[in-house]
Amino acid sequence: MQPRETYNDQVVRLFLLAAAVWGIVGMSIGVYAAAEMAWPALNFDVPWLTFSRIRPDHTFGVIFAFGGSALIGTCYYVVQRTGHTRLAFTALANFTFWGWQVGCLLAMATMPFGLTQGKEYAEPEWFIDIAVAVVWVSFGVVFFGTLARRRIRHIYVANWYYGAFIIAVGLLHIVNNIAIPVSLTKSYPVYSGAVDAMVQWWYGHNAVAFFLTAGFLGMMYYFVPRQAQQPLWSYRFSIVNFWALISVYMWAGPHHLMYTALPDWVQSVGMAFSLVLLMPSWGSAANGLLTFNGSWHRLREDPAAKFMVLALVFYAAATLEGSMMAIKTVNSLSHYTDWTIAHVHSGALGWVAMITIGSLYAMAPRALGQPEMHSRRAMEAHFWLHTAGTLLYVISMWAAGVTEGLMWRATRPDGSLAYPFIDSLIAVKPLYVFRWFGGVLILCGMVVMAWNLWHTAAAARAHLIKPIPVPIPEPEPRQVPAPLPAYA
Amino acid sequence: MARGYRYFEAIEKNAALLGVLTLVMVSLGGLSEITPLFVEAHTVAPAPGVEPYDALRLAGKDIYVREGCYLCHSQMIRALRAETQRYGQFSVASESVYDRPFQWGSKRTGPDLARVGGKYSDAWHVQHLVDPRGVEPESNMPGYPWLAAASIDGADIAARMRALRTLGDPYTDADIDGAAKAVAGKTEMDALVAYLQGLGVDNEPRPDAKASEAAPK
Repeated sequence: MQPRETYNDQVVRLFLLAAAVWGIVGMSIGVYAAAEMAWPALNFDVPWLTFSRIRPDHTFGVIFAFGGSALIGTCYYVVQRTGHTRLAFTALANFTFWGWQVGCLLAMATMPFGLTQGKEYAEPEWFIDIAVAVVWVSFGVVFFGTLARRRIRHIYVANWYYGAFIIAVGLLHIVNNIAIPVSLTKSYPVYSGAVDAMVQWWYGHNAVAFFLTAGFLGMMYYFVPRQAQQPLWSYRFSIVNFWALISVYMWAGPHHLMYTALPDWVQSVGMAFSLVLLMPSWGSAANGLLTFNGSWHRLREDPAAKFMVLALVFYAAATLEGSMMAIKTVNSLSHYTDWTIAHVHSGALGWVAMITIGSLYAMAPRALGQPEMHSRRAMEAHFWLHTAGTLLYVISMWAAGVTEGLMWRATRPDGSLAYPFIDSLIAVKPLYVFRWFGGVLILCGMVVMAWNLWHTAAAARAHLIKPIPVPIPEPEPRQVPAPLPAYA
Repeated sequence: MARGYRYFEAIEKNAALLGVLTLVMVSLGGLSEITPLFVEAHTVAPAPGVEPYDALRLAGKDIYVREGCYLCHSQMIRALRAETQRYGQFSVASESVYDRPFQWGSKRTGPDLARVGGKYSDAWHVQHLVDPRGVEPESNMPGYPWLAAASIDGADIAARMRALRTLGDPYTDADIDGAAKAVAGKTEMDALVAYLQGLGVDNEPRPDAKASEAAPK
């Protein structure tokens, strides 16, 4: 028998394991930070346990360590399947895995000890930024190298989103982190004041756009049709939404700086583009949901499909909310309050985490050589834990945010302010307890998922899985470039 | 569809073309919104009366950043009536030209600090930073008692000032040479309190700064 080319699922499995571990680590830190908001004595006067020191560890841990591992892993899985080819540069792909893990570990280990640039979502110091940039470029080389050796000429739309995610995040990371090092542990950004604010939120907003949206839309466009067992509702619609989404998102950053000292025209441009952004966002959500037309019955039997559908509903809800919060009048109430926290988490826990969990449940059995996940009941339990936790979290923070916004602006009949600042904190404190409890439920769900994955991976751990051969399609007549020959 | 699609099909089947077009589309927003700010004078130039941080306050500012204070406190009084009533005159861009990184914040778990300078005594700040609930029983701010025990390295502060000078902050040789002396014997707590006490005082633009210097006292 001829030796066959096989898919490189080894590196996919490693990223799957990393995602499960980082999910628990990142969310545990989040739960602890939430507890400190309600019971501030919990830092025990220890610097590296203090809220303000561990908050970057929570955001970095869930976004870049958990989300990043899930994104790179699924990206490697999808680009091979949609191109009918093995991942390019096996050694470099392994380097991206170890490099990413070391980068995340370094960042997470230094930030609580005060090594920080102090820029939100870009806290790690300059030497970690450089290491991360090297790993990111390698990731791009593996991805585009694999596209270059694909055997299906048409590039499937999921890869468009993964590609835009790689290009844009590289650009954002490098531009935002340009700094002058003073020593190993301290650097100053080259931007200052209002310019730094604009660069930072151009970065911060588009980390949401390209890390937390485009990347996960790539995941969605592959795994939703796969799980619904239906073709995408409209392929052309997905392409239109792609160009609209990637070009409009980049303009929306200034909505984080409404009524601040940022020049007024930038604020207005940011608000206008944020409203336009609703269209490609809802377009993508609708395309995913309508793909389930004709297979809605799968929601009764398949928890992975349930995660995906609810993820798309949360995506639509969070993007509507985001566009509304970008309206200056609404923003004057919502900004600086816990409403922002609610919005972020309805996006992060509702959309990002749910599409990730759904996709991991869809991908894991295939990558681990099993017919299905070890326990369907555990998946069911995870779904309800996660949904209940997310709703509890988001609703309590909405209530807190609106309360703060209204109390800060309330005046007495004589025009003086009605409440001292501390009154608004006293009013929302019980809601901080509810939020913490919601986080506990979500964390429990993640532990259930890790347990389930561990048992599903029994064969992989015993080195019993056979690599999956790449199906080699018949070449089109006179295909340019000529398809690669199959090899071992 | 058929005729127009021919051209589009080229993008769908060519990874390099797709990548380049993606890069072009994602670059437009940033180029349009960020580059003009570099030339818009009032976002870059300090107003009269706004000076770079002296050695002790610079140390304090970097401690503020290191401890992550900006995660719960903004330094940006928005141009809204309830804000100016609570915190004072709204913030302008020329006040933060020496802030690397900027400290406008994104969340107020605690109040805005843009003009907190001079509102409380030094002793109040020290007590509040060591044990916030000793001063304000309902506060959920964590305590930072370790600041009082940590000293400041003068050579390090001088190195920081030199780095800032390469970025364009107008420190003189005398400022840098005097840095070690200015922070000698000071704790991190002293530095942070000095920084807080300067907020909205030492960085407040004074449109009449030149006029008042000329006028007889």
